[in-house]
Amino acid sequence: MPVLLQQLINGFFIGSVYGLFAIGYTLVFGVLDILNLAHAAIFTLGGLTALWLTTAGGLSMWIAFPLAGLFSGTLGLVLDQAAFAPLRRRAASNLSGLISSIAMAIIFESAALGIFGARTVRFPEGIIVNRVWRFESVTVTSLQVGIVLSALFLMLALTVFLKRTRMGKAIRAVAESEHTARLLGINVDGVIAVTFFISSSLGGVAGILYGLYFDALAPDMGRSIELKGLAVIILGGMGSIPGAILGGIAFGLSEVFTVALTGTSNLRDAVAFTVLLAILILKPSGLLGRGRVREA
Amino acid sequence: MTVEFLSQFLAVYGSLINFIGVNALLALSLYVTLSAGQLSLGNAAFAGIGGYASGILTMHLNVPYPISVLAGAFLPAVVALLIGVPVLRIRGVFLAMATLAFGEVVRIAAVNLGITGGAQGLVGIPNKTTTFIIYGTLAATTYFLKVLGGARIGWSFASIREDETAAKVMGINTTYYKTMAFVLGAFIAGMTGAIYAHLNFIITPGEFGFSAAVQLLIYNIVGGTRSVYGPVLGAFILTALPEVLRGAGVTAGPLRLGVNGVILLLVILYLPNGLSSFFGKKGKLHAQRDGE
Repeated sequence: MPVLLQQLINGFFIGSVYGLFAIGYTLVFGVLDILNLAHAAIFTLGGLTALWLTTAGGLSMWIAFPLAGLFSGTLGLVLDQAAFAPLRRRAASNLSGLISSIAMAIIFESAALGIFGARTVRFPEGIIVNRVWRFESVTVTSLQVGIVLSALFLMLALTVFLKRTRMGKAIRAVAESEHTARLLGINVDGVIAVTFFISSSLGGVAGILYGLYFDALAPDMGRSIELKGLAVIILGGMGSIPGAILGGIAFGLSEVFTVALTGTSNLRDAVAFTVLLAILILKPSGLLGRGRVREA
Repeated sequence: MTVEFLSQFLAVYGSLINFIGVNALLALSLYVTLSAGQLSLGNAAFAGIGGYASGILTMHLNVPYPISVLAGAFLPAVVALLIGVPVLRIRGVFLAMATLAFGEVVRIAAVNLGITGGAQGLVGIPNKTTTFIIYGTLAATTYFLKVLGGARIGWSFASIREDETAAKVMGINTTYYKTMAFVLGAFIAGMTGAIYAHLNFIITPGEFGFSAAVQLLIYNIVGGTRSVYGPVLGAFILTALPEVLRGAGVTAGPLRLGVNGVILLLVILYLPNGLSSFFGKKGKLHAQRDGE
């Protein structure tokens, strides 16, 4: 039982990082109906930038963390301008957006490889004070708590931003109908740029937290989370932010429980992708989706 | 003199020439599915199923090469038929993700099963594929798809791609034709996987994963999907490009990868019909549409 409780906690921690990553995905999808496959590359670059700022720049994590987040957001603006804005002007199909985002993912990944090299790197030791708390047989570290708190704070902040502010309202309007929003005098391109900025900075922050949690960063670390992120947003329903959070945590839990039940990590991803395939076939709108089956 | 040059050329570039042929065949397998408007990211996995199946048949059961390749083509086709019926109800980006998930399940299965050799891969497949076989298959497949494109089936595929609802209204059995395109793509992919397995001595699960699936899509987009020659052209250019770049002095891996990305971006932004739109007249469908 204590082992199970420990697994539950571990799954919750990693699941919150998945959720944070998936929110960026789902935000762009909700607003633009485009699957942005460059999100994972920005996740990687966010983590690596924070690492660079702390090692080469000698900054403390408290400064490097927001700086790397802002830098990731800026990359999001670049991404929008390079890959999506030209297609919007042409009213191309959503699949073109999918492909141009793949192109940007390749470009970002090659930049990460060129700048940071192919090896796996670590944050310098002692960059964060990691305290270990033991309750009975369950262990929790301050790093884990920090990760969950940052992830939850960012998710909450985003929800409030979308619900309560003028810009948030504009984003929701564009998500509902780009055309109508334009007629109502909303600066659609500006709103989309803001969406990409937020989405990408959340992705970058998820990259930092992921790198801290696993104590490893590599130019290809986005690969595995890219597919997991997709699974999460489908599980939670495309475009739904609470769905992404719950989906992320559910996914994290399913991972650790598969490992705990089978005794090996071999089938960890298989369960998740089987569930994903089943949900797509049985209930394509996801668990918290908006109830309509979208078409490309 | 010429013979000497040719044999030297083949000695240096033989494996590159083989890989171009294999990639072109894989690109064509996705082309079939795309020509019916369905974006599948599962074709790499179908190639994997075919490769593993035929490799295992040859190694463990001593099945003759042609039969082993045929089995490698039919098995993924049957799998495609089974999953196609439920999966093809989903459209667009969602279909891409469902096939992606299927591909991951296949890859993970290959890593975990005993008979596939796990993560190290299936090692020791006898080398039976020749350049002649690859290009013979490529020529036959291209010809077959060319004929298919002009036949009733090809027109049905095209009408589904242009507007599925309209096609249905016109009395086209869309489920039937979509499944057919999916199964045919899986057949070609599996056949190519089987041919590839007997070319390379070893196949590993990683070769048939997400990146491979995306690579097939890139060949099609860069080459263009309006004619059957587009994917072949795309596979040729992008497979040969690293060698050309090496000749031009670009050896760094990241830069080469970056060039691929830039080419893909430029093509999708400025050449929606791919590089093949530089050659010859506009595609048949396109010309007709303009004439309307």
